[in-house]
Amino acid sequence: MSHPPSEHPHHIDVKEFHPRARAAIADPKIRQNFRRAMDGLISKRKDAFQGMDLDALRDLGANIRLRALANLPDLLEQLETKLTENGIKVHWAIDGDEACRIVRNICVARNAKTVIKGKSMVSEEMELNHYLEERGIEALESDLGEYIVQLADETPSHIIMPAIHKNTGEISELMHNKTGTDRSDDVEYLTASARQQLREKFMNADVGVSGVNFAVAETGTLCLVENEGNGRMTTTVPPCHIAVTGIEKVVGNLEDVVPLLALLTRSATGQHITTYFNMISGPRKPDELDGPEEVHLVLVDNGRSSIYQDDQLLDTLRCIRCGACMNHCPVYTRVGGHTYGTTYPGPIGKILMPHLIGLDEGQHLPTASSLCGACGEVCPVKIPIPDLLVRLRQESVDGDKLNPAKVPGHGAKRSTLEAMVWKGWSWMHARPGAYRFGTAVATRLRKLQPGQLGSWTKYRTAPKLAAKTLHERMKERGQ
Amino acid sequence: MSSRDIILQRLRNRSGGDLVVPERDFSVLQRPASSVAERIDQFQSTIESVHGEVHRCTRDSWITQLADILSSRGASSLLIPAKHEVGRALRESQQDGLPELLIYNEPIDSWQSHLFNEVDASITSTRGGIAETGSLILWPTPDEPRLMSLVPPIHIAILEASELYTSFHEAMLAQNWASGMPTNALLVSGPSKTADIEQTLAYGVHGPKELIILVIE
Amino acid sequence: MADPIKVYPPKPSNVYFYATCLIDMFYPDAGMAGIQLLEREGITVCFPEDQTCCGQPAYTSGYHDEARAVAKAQLGLFPEDWPIVVPSGSCGGMMRKHYPDLFKHTDHEARATSIAARTWELTDFLLNVCHIKLEDLGKPTTLAMHTSCSARREMGIAEVGPQLIGQLNNVKLVEQVRAEECCGFGGTFAVRHPEISGAMVSEKVDALVDTGAGEFVTTDCGCLMNIAGYAEKNRKPLVGQHILSFLWERTHSGDEGTS
Repeated sequence: MSHPPSEHPHHIDVKEFHPRARAAIADPKIRQNFRRAMDGLISKRKDAFQGMDLDALRDLGANIRLRALANLPDLLEQLETKLTENGIKVHWAIDGDEACRIVRNICVARNAKTVIKGKSMVSEEMELNHYLEERGIEALESDLGEYIVQLADETPSHIIMPAIHKNTGEISELMHNKTGTDRSDDVEYLTASARQQLREKFMNADVGVSGVNFAVAETGTLCLVENEGNGRMTTTVPPCHIAVTGIEKVVGNLEDVVPLLALLTRSATGQHITTYFNMISGPRKPDELDGPEEVHLVLVDNGRSSIYQDDQLLDTLRCIRCGACMNHCPVYTRVGGHTYGTTYPGPIGKILMPHLIGLDEGQHLPTASSLCGACGEVCPVKIPIPDLLVRLRQESVDGDKLNPAKVPGHGAKRSTLEAMVWKGWSWMHARPGAYRFGTAVATRLRKLQPGQLGSWTKYRTAPKLAAKTLHERMKERGQ
Repeated sequence: MSSRDIILQRLRNRSGGDLVVPERDFSVLQRPASSVAERIDQFQSTIESVHGEVHRCTRDSWITQLADILSSRGASSLLIPAKHEVGRALRESQQDGLPELLIYNEPIDSWQSHLFNEVDASITSTRGGIAETGSLILWPTPDEPRLMSLVPPIHIAILEASELYTSFHEAMLAQNWASGMPTNALLVSGPSKTADIEQTLAYGVHGPKELIILVIE
Repeated sequence: MADPIKVYPPKPSNVYFYATCLIDMFYPDAGMAGIQLLEREGITVCFPEDQTCCGQPAYTSGYHDEARAVAKAQLGLFPEDWPIVVPSGSCGGMMRKHYPDLFKHTDHEARATSIAARTWELTDFLLNVCHIKLEDLGKPTTLAMHTSCSARREMGIAEVGPQLIGQLNNVKLVEQVRAEECCGFGGTFAVRHPEISGAMVSEKVDALVDTGAGEFVTTDCGCLMNIAGYAEKNRKPLVGQHILSFLWERTHSGDEGTS
């Protein structure tokens, strides 16, 4: 994106991962908020899939996504044709800035001054609110979590539950300070207060901006999944609706959305289905009494067509943004969403963000994982997230082996010293004689073993070398 | 070149070459056959688990039950469809205790504030329901516009038991949705809700606080 | 992730024992225990002398050429068509799942694929190939277990350890909360992200201590040195050992084996 970093109110130096991680880990409130929330989501997801053939359903979900990706350019053209037939105007944006300009131009053409937004991670990626505000157009979030985060002048800490890092007391204080709502620990009261304020905004907004969960090429239909009804408000009340979405969100057939929806809501929040599944296939027709006069779709590339080039990295684009990977991630649970400093946190952020910001800026993302595999195990479309993390680690430290480089910032983390250490390690372990000699000497000298092993022994005792290696003992045994 | 053409060209000329197009096996979505009674039971228990309220009625009793429901909530107005049988039956009924009946027959632009602030409840028909997920299928029409089921604090839906499907997949295929979609189609599965404040459920955050389904058996 | 279809072979008369570098240097007793358990099942154990390391540390760190050089040195160790048993889910996962990828489109692809198909985690092999029957000779005790993430997810053997321990009449197995959660080892992760790893292992130790068992076993030496090392340093009432050591100690009478 072309803004210099200083212009961004939310600009965070992604590289400063460690200080943020340390701070989060040392903050019992953050730890408790995330732990409690993630524990709840894990158990709800488990319950929601009870009695279903989850593996077969995930296979179907994966194949639908892979099939859509295999036909991506054709499906995008088909989607454009169908949407146009249906009266929806389609726009294409190479990057976030272009997408922002498109949205702004639509607003300007309508003389629009206020925009109400439904939840959209792509708009976060574009930093749309900031862009519009700077140009005199008010952009207000209407999803309760996003609304809270916007009041706090923060960014979402979770892609499904943006304000998960805050507890009721903090939210009450925030709403009191920013909107005059009476302080209360009654969630219903706080919610009702937000409803009242946002209803006024819905009625007066000139444009509604939403995301898209699935865009169906066959029928030219934009599908939105939500519980609150703010998505329906956003796409129905203002006279103009602009949907923004990544180019990968297209699927071939209407039938495809059935299993994807079943997987998405169960994986995300453990719901069999959300309150609203909203399928939009056109603006208000002449004989209809409500709905927007104009509907636009902005198809945003922003790095996706680059990811698309590589057979392995392509799997990143299967994602349906359920957030299950972060809910189950032991790292995310400890550090929370803001530590990542990226639009998408957690495992999906670690495999997606390096493509958007580069492996230099995002250098800590691929390594901040124990490769425990919990993310891949729960991914509803079977993205092999741990394998992709390893691939990005490889891209980070590779000199020139992977030419042409597939990820921006390729080789950014390569250090001569580290590369030499691994060369030496490899040399010894590829030579059995050298290995046996080295390990036997090490065990002989075990009394001299240092008690401190860098950051390992900050938390643990050093592992103790055995008196004799297994190799030696087997030799003594005559094998 | 336009951004459109640049993007499409990048996708078409991908360096990895052609991709395998996997087959999709939808059989995992198939459900065993069930009776209407089983589907009603499943629908009811599922939607009740998310705060929906179900009343089983007959064609003769639903208006009486509706009047009781509305008076118990002190509703003073009810938005009804102008042409649909549901609206006609209500207008023609001699039922005591029904609130003022309103009709959505003007574009929203002319009466938005009234709809948002003055209407207590609405009643719409449905295009059927889904037992497995406890969902109502709504295809808003000029007679029953989109905001009818969204803005008033109480939404009441009439569901014909005979139009209750087992699963979303079955409903979509049986009604042949792929042959043409309306401007807006919805699955509604409970009242509006949020858990964005510390995962505590609160209802009616933007849409109806109550969803009441009259199942006509 | 886990093998979609895992077909166990009939019980063989010979196996290769691939010890792993951590067992070799830090936990040879666990290796000996594994060998003795196999031998007690009537299996002849071949210990290829030239084995070193599976290559995983370099692989997961992104140094794939270096990993491949080490892995290549292991490919020639298993000429007979015998199963290869590994006392580790993590190294077993490397060989079973990642060797074919590592050698894809190379001259060694066929050998790597053959090795992958023959690689078994040792407890899985004892339970499901040898159909081992354990007779408990130990005193009554309570035990907790931590199954490594690679054993659980790459090798798909989360049920194996508890089933083996379940055969021991005097051992009461108690489950920790969040049993599926990673202990925070993750190889170089533990030193690259020490605070996060430290937070993970501290909660893992708490979960294990809270079982009241005081003693835990695990399938993998990485988890063992992480969890037991944290407990030791922070004086938590918890000691650990490799599951193979535990199984052997409880079931051998003292007049068998050569260790």
